[in-house]
Amino acid sequence: MRNLKFGFAISIPRSINMDTADNRLLKQLEEEVPSFKRCMNCGACSATCSARQFTDYNIRRIHSLFRMQQYQDLENELKPCMLCGKCTLVCPRGVNLRSMIMNMRKILTDPKRKDNE
Amino acid sequence: MSKYFSPFVIPFCIGVVLLFAFCIWKYIRWYKGFDRLQRAIIRKNIFSWKFLPAIWEIVMESLLHRRIFKRNLLLGYMHASIAFGWFLLIVVGFFEAEFGIQGSKPFWVAIFYRFFQHEHNTFPSAAVFTQVMDGLLLFVLSGITIAFVKMIYSRIVGMKKATKHVIFDHFARVSLWCIFPFRLLSESVTAAMYHNGGFLTQTIGDILPFANEYVEYTYWLLYSLSLGVFFTAMPFSRYMHIFTEVFLIYFRRLGVKENEQKSGYTMYELSACSRCGICIDACPLNKQLDIKGVQSVYFLRDIRYKMLKDEIADNCLMCSRCASDCPVQLDLMAIRRQMRDKKELDTKNNYRYLDTVRAFNAMDRVVYFAGCMSHLTPGIPDAMEKIFETVGQKYWYMDKEASICCGRPLMQQGFHTQASELRRKNTQLIVQSHARLLITSCPICYQSFTKEYKLPIKVMHHTEYIDMLIKSGKLKVNKDASLKVTYHDPCELGRGCGIYDEPRDVLNSVAVLMKTPEEREHSLCCGFNLGNTVIELEQQEKIRNAALENLQTGNPDLICTACPMCKKAFTRATEAKVMDVAELVVKKIGE
Repeated sequence: MRNLKFGFAISIPRSINMDTADNRLLKQLEEEVPSFKRCMNCGACSATCSARQFTDYNIRRIHSLFRMQQYQDLENELKPCMLCGKCTLVCPRGVNLRSMIMNMRKILTDPKRKDNE
Repeated sequence: MSKYFSPFVIPFCIGVVLLFAFCIWKYIRWYKGFDRLQRAIIRKNIFSWKFLPAIWEIVMESLLHRRIFKRNLLLGYMHASIAFGWFLLIVVGFFEAEFGIQGSKPFWVAIFYRFFQHEHNTFPSAAVFTQVMDGLLLFVLSGITIAFVKMIYSRIVGMKKATKHVIFDHFARVSLWCIFPFRLLSESVTAAMYHNGGFLTQTIGDILPFANEYVEYTYWLLYSLSLGVFFTAMPFSRYMHIFTEVFLIYFRRLGVKENEQKSGYTMYELSACSRCGICIDACPLNKQLDIKGVQSVYFLRDIRYKMLKDEIADNCLMCSRCASDCPVQLDLMAIRRQMRDKKELDTKNNYRYLDTVRAFNAMDRVVYFAGCMSHLTPGIPDAMEKIFETVGQKYWYMDKEASICCGRPLMQQGFHTQASELRRKNTQLIVQSHARLLITSCPICYQSFTKEYKLPIKVMHHTEYIDMLIKSGKLKVNKDASLKVTYHDPCELGRGCGIYDEPRDVLNSVAVLMKTPEEREHSLCCGFNLGNTVIELEQQEKIRNAALENLQTGNPDLICTACPMCKKAFTRATEAKVMDVAELVVKKIGE
């Protein structure tokens, strides 16, 4: 929506320093949802998403952000999902997106993680 | 008193005292765990006519095990002989002791009657009682024999897989199995010495080589010990179901239902599970994927012994196939949802963005709610719109542009707060539309609307609606007698809402419906049920292929279903034509 208003948006730089990157959460998610890795970023999930009709909720973006370990505010960004499961059904690569979203929320809201930070 | 006392009765007495102490303590504690609504229902109904059917069901199920009889005769006989046989043994034994020994006597005399009363013919029909008691003992022993054979080879009673019990259950089972052989032996020895036995015990007693006081005493002690051990183990083992099922049936008949949260009623349900393992064979995860340890029997056991893991609670299709087979009729799906409760993850105000969606004034129209999944199979809403136009019914396609989920997928995963938020929004839209009828194409939404929503208007699944139109003559269709179809019962519509006949009637009026091996309550899940988030696509496909194979028996021209999800699942996998009931009807609309 922001993009629509002004025609452009400014993103913060998203480069990852591979030396300092902490991929524990990613590994945890991949363990819970093995199909996570199959994604080819086609965006079919976002295209069919019910929540996407109302908000700028974007599963593909969330998937990419999580893979790049950009967890800032991801926890809240996941909330509009209604878990209706359309994304999972349309995914051409068979990614279990419902499970992915649920597990992302579980991992990101884990109190232990917040203590460590 | 001392005349009727012998030290061997002590284990039995301790067992009885412990059994009743633990049972009463547990039942009171669980009853206190009932929430206010459940207690109000009990208070309201406790003195109503609902009492009578409850008693009837308790006799039929707890004693005679009618539902197991329906499933397999031998399995039913096994359960009935042990439960009903033992019950009669206690009741008849009580009367025998009551008539045989005049005056006051301790309660254990009825159990060890032959030991304390060596005389026969103490009262007019004593001989009849003796023979009846022997007959009952034989009845129970036959059941124990079948149970023993079943442990080695469960297919004899029609079960492919039997439950893998924890060690404590084995221990309780062995003590149960010991009770009756020891009773037979002790009574036989006594019969050999005092000639007070019936056709069974006297015959065996006469064969036995050693019959003296010491042997007799040992056997009676062993009998008392096995009773004592079993009674002590019972409240902690699966045999707690013997008493709990009685209470459960009673509460259920009064109208108590499972809640979103675990309550005292859940505790009754957990203990009423006998771990018979009938749900294991029913489970598609076991049948097609050989996943063990997630089936309802293990799930309930894990909750009861507080060792439940999240992945076991999550790994269930929620197809309710096990619930339809469960001989105790436990509300397995509700318990599964309770255990999936997401707690702090289940946040509030996630769907404020829906506030912008406004209701439409649909006075004297019907509301059509396609459901999320129907948007992926546009043929179904298109067909419904065509049907509405054909019969001249004005409608409001509620989720044409803004598709709001009904909330059931969230609820199945334990997001109760979030689901209620969606329910509130949808209810608001429907109520404000002033329509009188809601029609939905998705069985998931249908079940949600009928069970979880409290809508002031009537809700129909589109198959029900079409059936009504055809039967009332509003919609005229041509029957194509050369078209053979099979029908797939969606889990949520069939087992979930009990709608089996309407879609079949519709199909019969437009084509020839063929029977499939597994249908109605036994229909197989298409594998894509939203209940499961653990299994992967490849595993879902295996389950789907099994369902598809079932539907393709007899080479139908067309496979019909009434669920967009099932349709989507099948269309991907087969060259054969898959259609929704509505789509087929639209093709056959006549003049």
